[in-house]
Amino acid sequence: MKLGLVFRIGTIMLLAVFLLQPDWFAFVFAPMTKNGQPAIYVQNSLLSLTISHLLIVFAATLAASAVAIGLAIAVTRPIGREFLPLSRTIANAGQTFPPVAVLALAVPVLGFGTEPTLLALFLYGLLPIFENALTGLTTVPPQVEEAARGMGMTDRERLWQVELPLALPLILAGVRISAVIAIATAAIGSTVAASTLGEAIIAGLINSNLAFVAQGALVISALAILIHDGIGALERRVGRHLIQG
Amino acid sequence: MIEIEHLSKTYDGRTVVDDVSMRIADGELVVVVGTSGSGKTTLLRMINRLVEPSAGKVSIDGVDCRAIAPHLLRRQIGYAIQGHGLFPHRTVSQNIATVPGLLGWDKAKISARVDELLSLFQLDPAEFRDRYPGQLSGGQQQRIGVARALAAAPKLLLMDEPFGALDPIIRARAQLDLRDIQRRLGTTIVLVTHDMNEAILLGDRIAVMDQARLLQYDTPRKIVVSPATAFVGELLGSGERPFRLLALQPVRDFVEPGMAEGQPIDANSSLRDALEEALWSGRKAVPVRDASGALLGRVTLETAIRQAAPQR
Ligand SMILES: Nc1ncnc2c1ncn2[C@@H]1O[C@H](COP(=O)(O)OP(=O)(O)OP(=O)(O)O)[C@@H](O)[C@H]1O
Ligand SMILES: [Mg+2]
Repeated sequence: MKLGLVFRIGTIMLLAVFLLQPDWFAFVFAPMTKNGQPAIYVQNSLLSLTISHLLIVFAATLAASAVAIGLAIAVTRPIGREFLPLSRTIANAGQTFPPVAVLALAVPVLGFGTEPTLLALFLYGLLPIFENALTGLTTVPPQVEEAARGMGMTDRERLWQVELPLALPLILAGVRISAVIAIATAAIGSTVAASTLGEAIIAGLINSNLAFVAQGALVISALAILIHDGIGALERRVGRHLIQG
Repeated sequence: MIEIEHLSKTYDGRTVVDDVSMRIADGELVVVVGTSGSGKTTLLRMINRLVEPSAGKVSIDGVDCRAIAPHLLRRQIGYAIQGHGLFPHRTVSQNIATVPGLLGWDKAKISARVDELLSLFQLDPAEFRDRYPGQLSGGQQQRIGVARALAAAPKLLLMDEPFGALDPIIRARAQLDLRDIQRRLGTTIVLVTHDMNEAILLGDRIAVMDQARLLQYDTPRKIVVSPATAFVGELLGSGERPFRLLALQPVRDFVEPGMAEGQPIDANSSLRDALEEALWSGRKAVPVRDASGALLGRVTLETAIRQAAPQR
């Protein structure tokens, strides 16, 4: 527990220092370069790439959460129940498209830039959140459901006061999975000119500069770990009373 | 007064509650007893419209339940079930506050009510108010479940096997507590069980159900002395009938003047307890004391044996 906290704070500080003063770390990356190539990517600052990477991930995950949770609520209500299988199929189909294919298909319509990336991440993020929200909303213990109805809660009161709070840890787990996938996948967006950390990786690949590739990949990994860890902690917090004694 | 008139429920052509009629007076504790699948739960759930009747009607104090929106009806009727159904994400006080909250009581009134109920169920408010259901024992969870059902002071409380998940010792205590609280609050209770002992112990009246039908609706004594059908007799356990009859008669009513040797028994215990005590200690009579410990007289083995047979 203590060790975990030290590790967390350590990772955040290291990442922050690296993004603010990348030059201090030139000695680490220099051995990966050849023929006097620059050791640190400077076309765009790593800090601004990280910020825009995170903004894209945040926007896409937020939109995916809203739509997926909304959809899961809709198909678990009496009126929407007949659409349950259909919605599952659609969400599954979204997941089988490789993100690159979504980008390729979206560019002609949306043009180069951030939009096709957002679309791909959004579609990609739907399924895990939808599946988890669905599981959470449909596995409320029957006695709890029965008590809520027996005490005179309306359908809406039951949703807000019982079903959603009980499903929250699972929903957060879905958001966590989606966000981590999005962090990794956003890098591909740089192939269609979205401003993400993928830019450093692509520049490194084109110029055979392993240092650039390593910088991009390391920052992306650190972000993924921190987000995974942060949302995971939140899940445990909201779920800590839910284990029935 | 609750009037159940010709109530029936049919699922896909199969009748699971068949033309049941009964009247329940205010303040009565009615126990519905029967084998598994006989329709007890369905009957109970038709009273608060968790199940809509296929035919017949229920009225409470002369008001047809169909005239009230189901969720509003249910807020007036307490409901406690087996396995309690407490909300795991809410504290004890939040759980108890559920119905008062739905009814829009103000905060101060709700918190006073929560503390009052916790004390009534012998749980220290300061200690238990902020616990979560996962931090309680099964017996405590069950008490909170009943406290929650009583929170808005309903005139009627429906209970579906409320003690089913408890071990025998905790169950016995919970049964006595319920009886006590019911007497004190004057709540009308309809309680479902498949335990005949529980029915006889708690019921002012017992409704015996089998295969969707109400076979007999009577006082425990009548049920024991003259079961309406062979099935009711079977449910009572024919070998146990004399003892069940004794269990219904308090020692208090049979005290006679005179002395007896040995350990006295409480006037509020039953003739069955007196008989057991006498047989076990080989005595012909047992002294009787009241709650304060003062000796009232004695009760004889002969009396117990005489009272074990149905009176002519
Ligand atoms: N929603 C339903 N749809 C179809 N059949 C049902 C439904 N609910 C109950 N039944 C059937 O009605 C019959 C009576 O059920 P009920 O739950 O009232 O029995 P019970 O007396 O409470 O039994 P137990 O002691 O096991 O709880 C059973 O055969 C059950 O299968
Ligand atoms: Mg039942």
